[in-house]
Amino acid sequence: MTEFITEEMTLNMGPQHPSTHGVLRFQLTSDGEVIHSVKPDVGYLHRSIEKIAEKVTYHGFMPYTDRVDYVAAMNSNFAWALTVEKLGGYQVPERAEYLRVIAAELNRISSHLIMLGVMAMDIGAVTPFPYFLRERETINDLLEELCGARLTYNYIRIGGVSSDLPDGFRDRALRFLDHFEPIIDEFNRLITYNEIFVNRLANIVIIPREQAIAWALVGPNLRASGVKWDLRKDEPYSIYPQVEFDIPVGKGEVGTVGDCFDRFIVRVDEMRESSKIIRQCLDKMPEGEIQSKLPRQLKPPKGEVYVRSESARGEMGYYLVSNGGLNPERVKIRTGSFSAMAIMEEVSKGIMIADMVALISSLDVIAPEIDR
Amino acid sequence: MNEKNILEKVMAEFPGVAFELIEENTDHPYLVIPAERTAGICRFLRDDPDLRLDALSNLSSVDEGEILTVVYHLFSYEHRHYSVLKVRVPRGAPDVPTVQTVWPGAGWFEREAYDLMGINFMGHNDLRRIMLPDDWVGHPLRKDWVEQEEYHGMGTSRNEPMDVLPLADAPEKEKQSD
Amino acid sequence: MYKPMSLVPSGEPGATVITTRVDDVLNWGRANSLWYMLFGLACCAIEMMQTGGPRADLDRFGAVPRPTPRQSDLMLVAGTLTYKMAIRTKLLYEQMTEPKFVIAMGSCATCGGLFSPGYSVLKGVDKIIPVDVYLPGCPPRPEALTEALIHVQRQIKRSRPLRQKHEDTKIIT
Repeated sequence: MTEFITEEMTLNMGPQHPSTHGVLRFQLTSDGEVIHSVKPDVGYLHRSIEKIAEKVTYHGFMPYTDRVDYVAAMNSNFAWALTVEKLGGYQVPERAEYLRVIAAELNRISSHLIMLGVMAMDIGAVTPFPYFLRERETINDLLEELCGARLTYNYIRIGGVSSDLPDGFRDRALRFLDHFEPIIDEFNRLITYNEIFVNRLANIVIIPREQAIAWALVGPNLRASGVKWDLRKDEPYSIYPQVEFDIPVGKGEVGTVGDCFDRFIVRVDEMRESSKIIRQCLDKMPEGEIQSKLPRQLKPPKGEVYVRSESARGEMGYYLVSNGGLNPERVKIRTGSFSAMAIMEEVSKGIMIADMVALISSLDVIAPEIDR
Repeated sequence: MNEKNILEKVMAEFPGVAFELIEENTDHPYLVIPAERTAGICRFLRDDPDLRLDALSNLSSVDEGEILTVVYHLFSYEHRHYSVLKVRVPRGAPDVPTVQTVWPGAGWFEREAYDLMGINFMGHNDLRRIMLPDDWVGHPLRKDWVEQEEYHGMGTSRNEPMDVLPLADAPEKEKQSD
Repeated sequence: MYKPMSLVPSGEPGATVITTRVDDVLNWGRANSLWYMLFGLACCAIEMMQTGGPRADLDRFGAVPRPTPRQSDLMLVAGTLTYKMAIRTKLLYEQMTEPKFVIAMGSCATCGGLFSPGYSVLKGVDKIIPVDVYLPGCPPRPEALTEALIHVQRQIKRSRPLRQKHEDTKIIT
């Protein structure tokens, strides 16, 4: 048999590409379908949020945090509020804490819905996506009742939240959860254990535990590699210690721990846990104030804090340096997508181009979180 | 092990190095280390069985006037403790050895700090701009950075809408002046 | 009032003739098959996605997403445009075939919006490509995007493509 002569080619993917989750660009060198190297090129959505933070007030930065992670804006709001509260030592009423957790967990579900739907679509199954968008619309409606916006909420404020539950919200939220929990099973029947889908994901791009830690992966991506670490449980903040929930970790159900399928199924299971948390919060929520009395212009003391919280895409850390004035001196935002994107170059050597599409969506990267 | 003990252990391990332990105005006590010892100290923090700080949680850079500071937030998944290090370098020569060889995930963090703050990580294998285009001028997160008038023929400012579209009931004189 | 199309009885039972102008037939076809480029930049892209989704269903207006600029008539600039992306956006616009239309979706695409103080953000997409409809909002609701699409359709229906062409190429003057 004669040897087949092949040659390396360079392929440009993005920034306008339907499966790159916003504006990302990859320079691939591949031999046929096999990738030799990947160079991610990010920054197409670098909106200078960290510089703007030095020009606005502490309250005024809250709308910008929405746009750091627009798919899970509540969690991002939450992280900033926690940071400034820790720096200034501001108190939050208990009812507000419950409202925050309800909003954040609803948003976590809607974020995972987008991720799972898009992932199925990237792999070629278009049908689940409209199903998931339908559920997401209902969550959008609930959050809109709560704060008036569908996507960029600006709901969680420093020292509380902006508004209380509207009448009948509890019933509508419970009705949605009653409807939604069976939908997860329906979704599993529809796509998760479909044979082609499993074959596309099982044993693809296995990220072992040590590699995931060394590359600073966080959140669901880290848990899929078998590390049982969730800031809500292990470094609890807000009222998370008072609710019961499990942390799903990757078990290698159909392949090896840390493959694309694990990153997929971890998020499916997390939606169930979020649903559990929302139910408990709706039951336990006390009456009372929703916003503590704070001045309109905050002047936290001089100092610095680094606060991490669990966003939908993993650890979201705000490093805040204050000089005692009205504006922050420096804000650095550490996001899950940034390190998830950094590992791409390392793990995608030798895989197929089609598998890389599965890898990008399984890491759940979104452009604004990488670029900020 | 609490954070102060970790830092004291580091100080005991490297005698003769000018450390500075600071506990005021911060939620995590931190250790200021000389830039040239960064890689060695970081490797010790990662490999020591009592410390095992196996993850670089965050790498930030701060402009403090004459000095640029690089902040390392480290975390151990094994022992579940934190540690914070700081490196201070003069503005004129911001050279810091890379910690990419210790934590591979640091590579992109360092590229970001290079791009936006202009810190030169020595020994980095791919120190290019990451967020901004390659032909960008300056490092915008420095406090003295000044915006250019235009970039590739695209103006960087926009007129106030009221200047372009005068109000219908504005006085006659003002309309003429536009 | 001028009616673009009118039904005239032909004299034979059960049959009618449609009288119209060629311009109107072209416009009718163009306005009702506006294929938009799948071009999500930032937050607005999620709302654009949901506009194409099951509830708002942009398909009703003949608008379907296309992944390539070469097959699209309408560019939805959905989100913040940075300088780095602006150069690519111009290239994408140039790849689209005539006639082409642009909706600047959201405050960022309209004028820089919330990110005007930023150093890397283009203050309005109209600095690089012509815009037909400006759609404010941060982000605009799917209903608003549908309205913007209807505005583009109205603009198309008002235009006179044949005359436009002659004037441009100076055949009849």
